[in-house]
Order: sequence, then structure tokens, then C-alpha cells
Amino acid sequence: MNGVSNILVVGIGGQGVMTATEILAEAAIALGHDAKKTEVAGMAQRGGVVSSHLRFGPKVLSPQITPGTADVLLGFESAEAMRWQHMLKPGGITLMNTAKLVPPVVELGLFDYPEDPLAEIRKSGNKVVAFDATTIAQELGDIRLGNTVMLGAIADHLPFGAETLLACVLQRFARKGEKMVDLNRRAFEAGRAAVGAAEAALA
Amino acid sequence: MAAVMPAPAASRLLLSGNEAVARAVWEAGVKVAAAYPGTPSTEMMEVVSTYPDLYAEWSVNEKVSLEVAIGAAYAGSRAFCCMKHVGMNVASDALMTLTLTGVSGGLVIAIADDVGLSSSQNEQDSRYWGRFAHVPVLEPADSQEAYAMTLYAYTLSEQFQVPVILRMTTRINHVKSLVTVGERVAHAGAGFKKDPARYVMVPGNAGKRIPLMFKRDGELRALAETSELNFIEDGSDKRIGFIASGPAYMHVKESFPDAPVLKLGFSCPVPFEKCRQLAAMVDQVVVVEEVEPLVETELKAQGLQVIGKEILPLQGELSPNVLKPAIARLLGEPVPETQSTVALNVFPRPPTMCVACPHLGVYYTLSQVRNLNISGDIGCYTLGAGHPWNALDTCVSMGASMGIALGMDKGRGEADKDKRVVAVIGDSTFLHMGMQGLLDMVYNKGNVTVLLLDNRAVGMTGGQDNPGNGRDIYGDDAPRIDFAKLVSALGVKEERIHTVNPYELPVLFKTLREEVKVPEVSVIITDQPCVLIKDYHKLKPFEVLEDKCTGCGNCIDVGCPAIHVTRRGKEVKPSGREVDLAFVRIESSVCTGCGLCLQPCAPDAIVHHVPTSPIQFASKGCAA
Repeated sequence: MNGVSNILVVGIGGQGVMTATEILAEAAIALGHDAKKTEVAGMAQRGGVVSSHLRFGPKVLSPQITPGTADVLLGFESAEAMRWQHMLKPGGITLMNTAKLVPPVVELGLFDYPEDPLAEIRKSGNKVVAFDATTIAQELGDIRLGNTVMLGAIADHLPFGAETLLACVLQRFARKGEKMVDLNRRAFEAGRAAVGAAEAALA
Repeated sequence: MAAVMPAPAASRLLLSGNEAVARAVWEAGVKVAAAYPGTPSTEMMEVVSTYPDLYAEWSVNEKVSLEVAIGAAYAGSRAFCCMKHVGMNVASDALMTLTLTGVSGGLVIAIADDVGLSSSQNEQDSRYWGRFAHVPVLEPADSQEAYAMTLYAYTLSEQFQVPVILRMTTRINHVKSLVTVGERVAHAGAGFKKDPARYVMVPGNAGKRIPLMFKRDGELRALAETSELNFIEDGSDKRIGFIASGPAYMHVKESFPDAPVLKLGFSCPVPFEKCRQLAAMVDQVVVVEEVEPLVETELKAQGLQVIGKEILPLQGELSPNVLKPAIARLLGEPVPETQSTVALNVFPRPPTMCVACPHLGVYYTLSQVRNLNISGDIGCYTLGAGHPWNALDTCVSMGASMGIALGMDKGRGEADKDKRVVAVIGDSTFLHMGMQGLLDMVYNKGNVTVLLLDNRAVGMTGGQDNPGNGRDIYGDDAPRIDFAKLVSALGVKEERIHTVNPYELPVLFKTLREEVKVPEVSVIITDQPCVLIKDYHKLKPFEVLEDKCTGCGNCIDVGCPAIHVTRRGKEVKPSGREVDLAFVRIESSVCTGCGLCLQPCAPDAIVHHVPTSPIQFASKGCAA
């Protein structure tokens, strides 16, 4: 579809994937875009796979991203970022948290967790930038800031400036007081900087 | 949930289909709304309950919810009822006679079809009910339409005094898109007008209503022919014209922007003339409908040459990556390949039970007892069928664990003569449709041990309240059922009823072992709350002392997602048998100290975790 951006946000149930995508949708709408957000989240509250689709542009019809057409893949978890590589368009980019969440089926020895998801994505030829959102959040004092770090990470890979997205993020915390707003601003900027630094290192 | 101030009229909001319907329910002046939770319909009633000026309830099952709505509509008020697709199987007894009486106040029934089975035991096409019950069906294609069609459905319902089905699918219920909302218009209830010939459906009265129903069918079909909800959009590529409804319409427009399309929003009764009109404009017609070939079959019966399920799947969603190749093949064109060349294999990640879930204790125990046939039910505890427990053998429909267990007992073959039959059911499922099965089991002298897992919530759908937890949909106090007294009233002997804390594994194990040996109906009630609701209280987290862990792996068999393997090894036993070792750690940041894992731990390597950093951890909603 002409002028429609496709953003795929993936992770597992409970990580905040759907909320992050909703904030991205709010930013797109604030800029006058039409937008649709949809999930494939089978019983996701129980630690299952979540993939959240955001499409925005002048007019969005089908809410789902067709395989091979995603512009950006934002991965909250390493193996999940790997799982959805087929969704990316040629030249699309993956921005991924290096965190690994190992499910019980792996702990039971029924399946293996990939040795190095980042390396496997690289080897496939797809563009990928990795960063440690979890540690960044912990260093800021609260692991819950990871969600905002992830949104900061995608901020410079959208067809609009980072300010609108930041404003939409901070609006969510406005009621929680200035301290929370400030912490989230720092988390957002830290995510942005982490991706910027990782990209500079690759260049 | 407390009532909130609704957004002002003309607001443009990002709403899911569920939220959009809820807004329209409020704007339509609905007085009574009732539902039982079920994915993907649940949020409709959750959101309805946040609006002022109406009464909302969680009913014990879908049939009761529909009956509550019918009563309100008979009383002249506007009423709303919603459910997932399988809910209408339960409610249909009421629906099939409701169609004869009709309604006074408008009644809209929103049915959410889980096309693609994101969280259901089957896939059904609820548009059948429109045909079966002779009631109109509206099919929105996005949130704005879900909103607008709900409002229109009330007008239609009152115009024809007929209940209206709003057929939604997961891809409507859960997709968020922009909706422009309007003003609420209050609706004054007309009051109940006694009319036995209409409302008392004994044979003599009902027989006279049937011709009226058929007459209404004709009138509704005529209206569908002229309805603005059914419209043709012309296109330059006349090789194929599409007839599509619901989300399939969006997929068609996305995939074939130049093709003529007849969009069916008022899809039952099918407007045959409009379909003929489209057919006259194009070389051939393809009907794109999720899931069953309903419109297709009816058009073929009318003598129209249309194509449908010959080239499209009978299961799942008809998204662009399904439609484009199918149509390319039909046209004899090269099939477009997906642009992506990369596909990396990753382990499956099935849903898991939560950290410290009280069901973990139940399934660990069941997995340790041999010779059981376990009849299961629908809820989080259905996950007990998976690893590591493999301790649930059937799952069919709400409450079915009871009847199926009795049937397994009565129908046991020679091979099962030493097997014990166990039924596992949750609190809400038991109240929904399990009670009758237990009564049947007691009455017919079955030999079944029932595990009634009372976690004080409808867990799988997000922890909704029910008569078992003493709160109503608004979170206000409500009478709380006493499960022990209830099963006693159904005839289970007092000495066969046990209430057990599922975190106390030895007690649960001993109780289960003893009860399965008794050849009559026993009920073991577990009484600890879902970890996701406010009744649950976290305790101090645990950790594993690395030097004490022997790698026995017993704790892993509990199935808690907070337990992780740090390294694996092998050990040769004195008998010469080689065993696998798995040394573990506990993710103390998510552990809530339920203590299940330390009970099977042989070397006492699990101890309370002493926080070593000032970092605040969260059990959920975090990025990693």
C-alpha cells in the first residue's frame, strides 16, 4: 500500500509489547496518520509469543502486516526477534533487546535456545542493531523502564521525528509525577543513544 | 471497574472493536448489558461496565446472560449481550425461541468468532445463527463500523422487533483503529406489556408466531437489498468482482485495489439482487468470507456462478498472503512470492502457567500419581496438558470434564479397569456449566475424583470476577458462593469433600491418593487465588544455593517459569544407570515465594533470597 509504514513489535506475554505498540500508534495518529494496530497473541498473558502489528499512513486497510513487508522489527527478546525475521522487507531493520527469556520447554531439555540470536540474524543478511535494554533500565534504577528504553530505541527509525513519540510516552506518566516523567525521558533518550551508538559501531 | 467520564461526542479515539461496541452500547441508551467472559469478546462487557447510566453484569454463563438481556428487552428497555462463538452454543436454546417472541426494546447480541483459534477449542462461523434463528446479521470490518453498526442494530431491532446479531471476529474485536464517536441518546423503556400470545411460547402460541418469522425474513431481505451497509465499489479490473464481508473485505481491498467489490455489512439475509448486480459487471465473482461458504452456497442455490471455497481455505483468516496467491492461480498468473528470503527456526514458546500459579501444585501432584485418566476442562488449567506435567487428557467444552469423567467411568474397558478417573475444573467453569455434570455424577453413582480449582477468578480471560469470589463486575461486594456447601448440596458426601491448600504438596498428594481409591464421587477443592488478582499476596522470593544444588531436576518438574537451568551434566548411578543432571537457579526478581519448588528439592538447596541491590523489581509489565 502506498505510503503505509509497517512496524512489527515482538516479544512474549507480560513484557509490555502491546502497550508499546499502542504508544507508537498514538504518535502516528497525533501526526494525522490513519493507523491500525493488531496482535497475534494466543493466550499471551501466559508467557506465550506476542507479535503486535502497527500499520499507519494516509489510509490503512488490512490491519495485518504481510510477511516480507515490515519496515522495522522491534524485538523485546532475542529469540523472538529471530522468530519474526521473515516478516521484514528486504532492507528492513531489526532493533533488538539482547535479553534472553528462556521458556520452560527449553529448561526441560525439549528444545534448544539459539546459541547467539544476534549472530544468526546477522548471518541471514538482515540488518540488525542490538542493545541491552534490560541493563539500561536497571542502571536507571527500575527494570520497568525497559519499555520506554525500547520505544527510545525505535525513535530514530520512524518516518517522523522522535519528539512526537517522546511526548506520547511521557503523557502516559504525566499523572505519576515529575520524577516518573523525568525517569522515562532519560530511559527514552538512553534507548535512542544505545541504538545510535550500536549503529555507529557497525558503520 | 468504576464508572469514568466518557469521551465527549465527536472525539476521534483509537479504539478496539470491543471498545467501539461498548461506546455504542452506551450511546444507544442501553439499560441492561450481560455477558460471560470469553476471548475475544471479554473487553466488550468490561468496557461497558465503565460507562454510567446502565446496568452491567457478569452472568454465570452465556445462556443466562442472553436470558437477562431478553428480560430487559421484553420490559421495553434496550439490552445488550455479548459472547465468544462457543458461548452461543450454550445460549442458543434461548435464541431459537426468542426469534419467535421477538423483542420490545432493542436487543443486540455481539458474537465474537475466534477465527484462527487464538484462544479457543474450535473455530465456528456464527453467521449460521442468523440462518438458523432467522435473525439479521451485521458484519463490521473495522472499529468505526463496529461502532456504527451497533447503533444501527438497535434501530433495526426495534423496527422489526427482532434480536440482531453483530458478528465480529478476533480481527475486529482486538484491532485498534480510529473511531469518531457521538452523543448518547437516552432511551425510555416502554415497560412490560403482558401479551401471553407473544411471550408464552407454548405450542399453540408458538405455532402462530412461526409464519410471522418467515414474513419477517422476506422483509429483512428486501431491506438488505437497499441497505447502505451493502454497497458496490466499482473498479477498473473487471476480471474478478469480489463479494466480501468483515475483515475479509479489508484484505480484499488491500490485495486488489482495482477490482469491483460488493461489501456486505448487512449480510444476512443475503441481498441476492445486489449480488447479481455485481455479477453483471464482471467476468467472474469470487466470494471471500470467513469461515464457512454461507453466502457462496446461498448464491449458488440462486443459480449464480460464483467461486469461493474451491480456491480459498475453509479454515482461518483470509489475509492478503492467502488471497493473492489464490487469485493469481485462478487467473493463471504467476503466484507472487513473499519478498522475504529469511526464515530462521526458533523453538516453540507455548503459553505457560504463571510463576507461583496455584495450579502448579495441582498438576505437579497429578503428574506424580500413576494410573489416572484425567478429564479436563476450559481455563488456564487446560495448560496442564502440556509439559512438564502432561496431566490432562481431554478438553472439549465448558463443564464437560464432569460428564466426560462419568462416561469414562461407566464406559471403562478392560484395559482401564485399574485406572482411576479424575476430573479437573476451575471455579468459574464449574459455576458456568459444571454443576449440572457433578449432580449427574452423584445421582448416577459415579466413581470419579473431582478437583475443583478455586482460584477466585476467571483466570484465562484476565481475572474477571464471578460468584465464587464475592465481587461483582463493578468490584463491589456480592454474595460469595461456598463451594464446599454447594457440592454438598449437590449430594457429595461430607466425608468426600476436602478443601486443600494447593501449595501444600504432601497434603494434596495424600488427599488425592486416598480419594481416588474410594469408589464414589469425591471433591477436592483447592482454595488459593490466581496470582494475577488482588487477593494474591506475594511472599519473600527464593534462590538456589549453587553449591548445594545436586542437579536432580526435581524442581523443574513443578513447571514454574522462574526456574532456569544454569548447566547440565550426567551422573552414573551405582546401578550403572546414567542420569541427566540439570543445575538450576531461580529468577528471584519474579519469584513470589510460593514455596512449591523447595518441597521436592532433595538437598534443601532452595532458600530465601537476600536482596543484594537496591533495584526495584517488578513481577510483570517489565521489558525483560
